[in-house]
Amino acid sequence: MDELLNIIIRSVFIENMALQLFLGMCTFLAVSKKIETALGLGIAVIVVQSITVPVNNLIFNFLLREGALSWAGLPGISLQFLGYLCYIGVIAAMVQILEMFLDKHVPALYNSLGVFLPLITVNCAILGGTLLMVERDYTFAESIAFGFGSGLGWAIAIVALAGIREKLKYSDVPEGLRGLGITFITVGLMSLGFMAFNGISL
Amino acid sequence: MPDAKKILFDPILENNPIALQVLGVCSALAVTTSLQVTLVMCAALTTVTAFSNLFISLIRHHMPGNIRIIIQMTIIASLVIIVDQFLQAFAFQISKSLSVFVGLIITNCIVMGRAEAFAIKHGPGASFLDGVGNGVGYSLVLITVGSLRELLGSGTLLGFSILPLRGDGGWFQANGLMLLSPSAFFIIGFFIWALRSRKKDQVEQKEYRLAPHTIKGDAF
Repeated sequence: MDELLNIIIRSVFIENMALQLFLGMCTFLAVSKKIETALGLGIAVIVVQSITVPVNNLIFNFLLREGALSWAGLPGISLQFLGYLCYIGVIAAMVQILEMFLDKHVPALYNSLGVFLPLITVNCAILGGTLLMVERDYTFAESIAFGFGSGLGWAIAIVALAGIREKLKYSDVPEGLRGLGITFITVGLMSLGFMAFNGISL
Repeated sequence: MPDAKKILFDPILENNPIALQVLGVCSALAVTTSLQVTLVMCAALTTVTAFSNLFISLIRHHMPGNIRIIIQMTIIASLVIIVDQFLQAFAFQISKSLSVFVGLIITNCIVMGRAEAFAIKHGPGASFLDGVGNGVGYSLVLITVGSLRELLGSGTLLGFSILPLRGDGGWFQANGLMLLSPSAFFIIGFFIWALRSRKKDQVEQKEYRLAPHTIKGDAF
């Protein structure tokens, strides 16, 4: 249990998806002008991330990895080169299913997430989470913890950035830096702040 | 076919994918600690963008609109698999240090964005050039950031010592911050600043203006 808690803390603070690993930057910069939208997107990422990482973990362990197909009488076959196609397919399908499920059963949440759900398919934080999970060879339980933690870390980062940007728009920024430029520098400073968590020993 | 030269060179400074279109930022930040890795990443991305644009443009009249995203994803993912296998076979060490970022070309918004914005409406030749142009525009930013970070962070370029380090009897004190993540954000921020002070039309509008002073002497 300690092990899983460590993975969560590590992926929220120390290896924050957005600020330390630079994943999901495009949406991170584009959809962080208002706190409410940032929060909606953050929640959507947490949900999708904690579903797709474990599912891809199962697919990797029981279909793709070397010798994984021995239950079907095919030992010694490795389908790892098909990995990317499978993972992105799973993510797209999961997002679609989640969208239909929410539309039917939780319309309130569906309406508040709105356009962000389909956008998540091409958010590299999601695919990045899966690929990191494969690279680090997590077990199923660990992958649940990692999926949840990395989604949560990303959500915290985007909400914090949105909060800063809501204040920032009242300040007098030099012409060329206005908008995108100053956002990059702000994120850099945030990332510097998050580096302080590196000191946590787990 | 629109002017080929314009298609090829516009994305480099006029309409840069990273600085103006905000596409494909993730990998620009993460793979730029050394110039060699950066160059490989640039080559990989340019290849994938160019060929995905070409193939998507070739089948653009046969794709039903509502499943086009999945078709595009499949084409892009297959191209990335080819690039990844190629790197693993011929440049294993670099492929290891790129780690997940080769796979993340699939969700790199430049590839998808150009497919949606350009390849779906133009012929194969023009689309291929557009892919190459955007790849080069992306490479320009990456190579700038990569050389700055490697030069200031470890005093080398492509592994050759340029600024002799203190530790080896030279004069240059390596700046460790350059090898850590925040520096990439700062460098790209300043790159955008430099680009926009030359090209004034790319400056963004102010969202909020201070009201002029209304209290004047005669109000009292």
